[in-house]
Amino acid sequence: MRESRFIRIPFWLTFAFLYLPIVVVVVISFNDSSNLFVWKGFTLDWYGVLFSDQAILQGLVNTLIVATGSTAIACVLGTLLAVGIQRHTRGGLIRAFALAPALLPDLLLGIGILSVFSLLGFTLGLYSVLLSHAAFSIAFVTAIVLARLSQLDPSLEEASRDLGAGPVRTFTRVTLPQLAPGIVAGALLSFTLSIDEFVIAFFTSAPTTPTLPIVIYSMVRFGVTPEINALATVLLFVSVVAVLGAQRLTRVTEAL
Amino acid sequence: MTAPAGAVRNRPAPPPPATRPAAPARRPGARARFAAVPLVGPGALYITLLVLVPVALITVYSFFERGRFGGVVWTFTLENFARLFDPLYLSVVGNSLVIAAVVTLLALLIGYPTALMITRLSPKWRTVALIAVLLPFWTNFLIRTYAWILLLNNAGWINQALQALGITDEPISMLYTPQAVVVGLLYMYLPLMILPLYSALAHQDRQLGEAATDLGASPFRVFRTVTVPLSIPGILTGCVFVFVPAMSNFVIPELIGGGKTVLVGNLIRDQFLKARDWPFGAALALVLTVSLLLLLVLQSRLSKRLTEGKTQAEGKKVRRDA
Repeated sequence: MRESRFIRIPFWLTFAFLYLPIVVVVVISFNDSSNLFVWKGFTLDWYGVLFSDQAILQGLVNTLIVATGSTAIACVLGTLLAVGIQRHTRGGLIRAFALAPALLPDLLLGIGILSVFSLLGFTLGLYSVLLSHAAFSIAFVTAIVLARLSQLDPSLEEASRDLGAGPVRTFTRVTLPQLAPGIVAGALLSFTLSIDEFVIAFFTSAPTTPTLPIVIYSMVRFGVTPEINALATVLLFVSVVAVLGAQRLTRVTEAL
Repeated sequence: MTAPAGAVRNRPAPPPPATRPAAPARRPGARARFAAVPLVGPGALYITLLVLVPVALITVYSFFERGRFGGVVWTFTLENFARLFDPLYLSVVGNSLVIAAVVTLLALLIGYPTALMITRLSPKWRTVALIAVLLPFWTNFLIRTYAWILLLNNAGWINQALQALGITDEPISMLYTPQAVVVGLLYMYLPLMILPLYSALAHQDRQLGEAATDLGASPFRVFRTVTVPLSIPGILTGCVFVFVPAMSNFVIPELIGGGKTVLVGNLIRDQFLKARDWPFGAALALVLTVSLLLLLVLQSRLSKRLTEGKTQAEGKKVRRDA
C-alpha cells in the first residue's frame, strides 16, 4: 500500500520526537561527569546527591501533603455532588457549575485565588495550595463518578429501601460500594494532577513552602545540573509505574 | 446499501441523559429538592468560594484602577481594556496567536498520520501505542521542558550530532529562540492532538474506505474524500485542545525561550508578580479566558452540527434506498 508508507514514517518520527528527550535525560543522569554533554562513564553518584538534597526532599513532602489532602476533599465532595446531581437535579446548571473548574485556564484560577487570599489578608502557605488543588480536582471526581452512576441500576437502591434500609444505610451499603471503582479512578486522577500541578501552586504557595514542581522550576531556571537529570529519571520511573498500574487497575475494575 | 447504515451504527452513542431521574415516579418534589442540599451543598459551596468568587474578583478588578504600590484603587475605569490595544501589547497578543497557531498546525500534521497508523495496528499494539503516546504526558511537565533545554543547548546532543556530521562547524544557537518555544509547546501538547484524532478515526467505519477503494479510488483520494472529511470533529477537538493551553502557557516561553519571547501568559504573570498591576493583569486574563471559552463552545457546536448533519443525511439516504 502506497498510503501506509506516508503514515508509517511520521508514526515512527512522532515516537522518536516523544522519546528522544526522555532518553537523553535518563542517559545523562548516569554520566560520571559534571559536564552534562560529554560521556565519561557510568555512575550513580547523582542519585546520592539527589537523595541528600534537603530542598528537594522537603518539596516532595509538601507535594505529597497537598496531593493527599486535596484528593481527600475532592473525593468526598465530588462523590456527594455527583450523587446529588444524578438524583435530584433536572437542569444541567449545577452539573455545568461542578464541571466548570476543569475548563477554566489554570492561570485564571491561580491569579483569582491569589487575589482572594490577599484581599482577605490571609498568609499563603501549604494549605492554600491544598485548597486550590481540591477546587479543580472536585470537577474531575464528579465527572468520573457521574459516568459511573449513569451505568448503575437504580432498582438496587429501590430494593434496599423497600427492604427497610434507611437512606444513609442504602447509601453506604448499596450505592457507595458500586461507586468505588469510579471514586478510585477519580482519586488516582486528582492525585496525579496535583503532584504535577505547577501554575496554580506557583501563585498560591508561600516561598517557604514550595511544592516539588516549584523546587524543580527554580532549579531549572538556575541552570542545568546532573542532579536534575537524576530527579527527572526517578520521576519518570514513578510515572511509568503509576500509568501501568492505573492501566491494570482500570482493567480489573472494568472486569468487576 | 449497507455501508451508510453501518456508519450510523458505528457512530459513538450520544451521551446518556444522566441528569434526568430514572422514572417519572421519582420526579423530585419539594422534599426531594430539600434532600439534595446535604449532597450538593458542600461541593457547591466549595466551588463557589474557591472558583466562582476568585473569578468574580478578577472580573471586578479588571474594571478598577491600580494602586500606586500595587493593589487596587476603587475608581471605576475601562482603561485596562483600552490598554489591550496599545501596539506594545497587541504585538504580544499577535505573537501568541501566531505561535499557538503554528504549534497547532504542526501538531495536526504530525498527529494525524500517527493517529491513523495507530488505528491500523492490532488491538494489542494499539493499546501499547496509546499508552506510549500518553506516557510523556503523565510525566512532570517541567522535566519535559528541561529535557529540551538539554537537547537544544549549544553544547547539547543535537549540536554535537550536527557538528559530527559536518553540517555545521559552529554550534547553532537554538535555545532561547521563538522556534525553540514552538518545539517545546509542540512536545508538551502533541498527545492532546493525537488522542481525539485517534478516537475520531477509530470510530470511523472502515467499510466506507474499502467501498471507495473497490469503486476505483486511489489511496490518496480515499484519504482526501473519505477519511479526512469524516474525522473533522476530531480535528477540531484536537486543534482546540492544543491551541487553548498553548495560548496561556508562560513557563515554556520563559525556560526554553529565555524570556525573550513574551506571550500573553507571561504578560499576565508579570502583571501579578513583577509590575504589580493587578487590574491590567486581570483584564488580560479575563479577555483570554472568554476568548478561549468561546473557542471551546464554537468547536463543540460545530462538531455537533457536523455529526448531526451527517447522521440526518445518511438517515435520509437509507430511507430513500429502502
